[in-house]
Amino acid sequence: MIDTKVDLPGLQLKNPVMPASGCFGFGREFAQFYDLSQLGAIMIKAATATKRFGNATPRVAETASGMLNAIGLQNPGVDAIIDEELPFLEPYNTPIVANVAGSTMEDYEEVAAKLGKSTVSALELNISCPNVKEGGVQFGVDPELAYTVTKLVKEASAKPVYVKLSPNVTDIVTMAKAAEEAGADGLSMINTLTGMRIDPFTRKPIIANQTGGLSGPAIKPVAIRMIHQVYQAVNLPIIGMGGIETTDDIIEYLLAGASAVAVGSANFKNPYICKELIDQLPDALSAHQFSSVKEIIGGVHHQTTST
Amino acid sequence: MQREWMTIVAHQSIANQTYLLELQGSLPQFVETPGQFVHIQVSDDFFLRRPVSIADVDSDKGSVTLLYKVMGKGTDALTKKQIGDKLDVLGPSGTGFPIDELMTNKALLIGGGIGVPPLYCLAKNLKARGIEVMSILGFRSREDVFFTEKFQSLGDVHVATNDGSMGTRGFVTDVIPQVDGYDTYFSCGPTVMLKGVKEQLKGVPGYISIEERMGCGVGACFACVVECADEEDTKGYRKICSDGPVFRPEEVIL
Repeated sequence: MIDTKVDLPGLQLKNPVMPASGCFGFGREFAQFYDLSQLGAIMIKAATATKRFGNATPRVAETASGMLNAIGLQNPGVDAIIDEELPFLEPYNTPIVANVAGSTMEDYEEVAAKLGKSTVSALELNISCPNVKEGGVQFGVDPELAYTVTKLVKEASAKPVYVKLSPNVTDIVTMAKAAEEAGADGLSMINTLTGMRIDPFTRKPIIANQTGGLSGPAIKPVAIRMIHQVYQAVNLPIIGMGGIETTDDIIEYLLAGASAVAVGSANFKNPYICKELIDQLPDALSAHQFSSVKEIIGGVHHQTTST
Repeated sequence: MQREWMTIVAHQSIANQTYLLELQGSLPQFVETPGQFVHIQVSDDFFLRRPVSIADVDSDKGSVTLLYKVMGKGTDALTKKQIGDKLDVLGPSGTGFPIDELMTNKALLIGGGIGVPPLYCLAKNLKARGIEVMSILGFRSREDVFFTEKFQSLGDVHVATNDGSMGTRGFVTDVIPQVDGYDTYFSCGPTVMLKGVKEQLKGVPGYISIEERMGCGVGACFACVVECADEEDTKGYRKICSDGPVFRPEEVIL
């Protein structure tokens, strides 16, 4: 019997697969394709203190092995999410991870405090969205700001906090350590890499925001490298994400040091992807001679070359 | 909505960079209204699906007819698919023209370029309900024109081309003053065209179908949104892929 269970702070996962924030809305649309209770957890779309319309359209562009997006944290605001969206997800009896976003320290504090009183199991602190003009990304590239906002959010609510790290930094380990020192319970990594595309015919950027966040298989090697580095340097569990499309991708993330994974833009390509990966995971683990998810975590072998 | 591997039963070029693709499967029986679309995965080489509107449904054959224009690498790769090949299709998607609720005697259909195809499905449905149909179809040039004879079999047709190589020189909005007698309009095409049509036909009841780059196509990713005009609406937006692509013009800000 293959054991796919993983225990993380606040999250008792029946399997390590969850949809990533921003790629799954609040679950309603995907509930028409399969039973959401099969998911390990659900990371819902970012919540801000007040409703946000987001950026101008076009908001997406395709790239080689991935896509760019600049939605701009569109959401109905934390109150509407608690009143109108969470009640839909609660009957599925699956842990909900709420993504907390903001422009100012006070925004983060307000959203975290409100979600702290809700039914969500954990918070994911979004200090890495590259698509908002103010706040957002600055918190994710400056270790001092990351430390301060993490500490503030920890104090504002009793829920476990997973800090979502931005890959758009010189040294990811410094950022991970800042989150750990501030009391984070876990990390989720990585968010999108800032990118841009230009239409050669119109000579204009394809995305109205000019730049967008690159996701998909194109960023997987970056995520694997960063998780591998961070796993060795800090003691926090890591939820890995970036271009996951197959069970081998999941195993690769676990070997690098992730304890669970989130599937992002692959949901757009195949709305059944999370369910399919969950169904296929036990066989894939046994094909690689693993009997549990836990035994894989951080199990990468370091090859040493002798001369 | 479902995901299905549909079989290509017809595939041919019908105008400049414009192709007709007929797909067979169980999906056609779920099409509810004209204006709905399908979301196609061209191949594993492409990360995002391509939304393509439904131009016709043949319930006897169990097929849908799609018309698409080559816009980039994805649609170019689609042209290489052959009869008998299978395509990964998600759909039917979106909310189309609300034909069951219509109170109209004579409909004006205004289509631009690749916005013309869903209006053909609509025209057939309107005609079947005894509603008179007349159409204004706009294209870049004579080489881009398609389906005019099919529309002619359903009612009067006026063609506009940007370069004047066929019909009226200019845009569909240049033709609108030449026609009358309609009580409702239906339009699909580029946003700039829809904006012009909406302004010109202010006061006339209508429906518009909006095009936008899509992410998921199911309403989860918020890539294809349009601002709504109703300040009472606390959401402040509509999702083109799921709330639309068909809207009342006064409902949205273009």
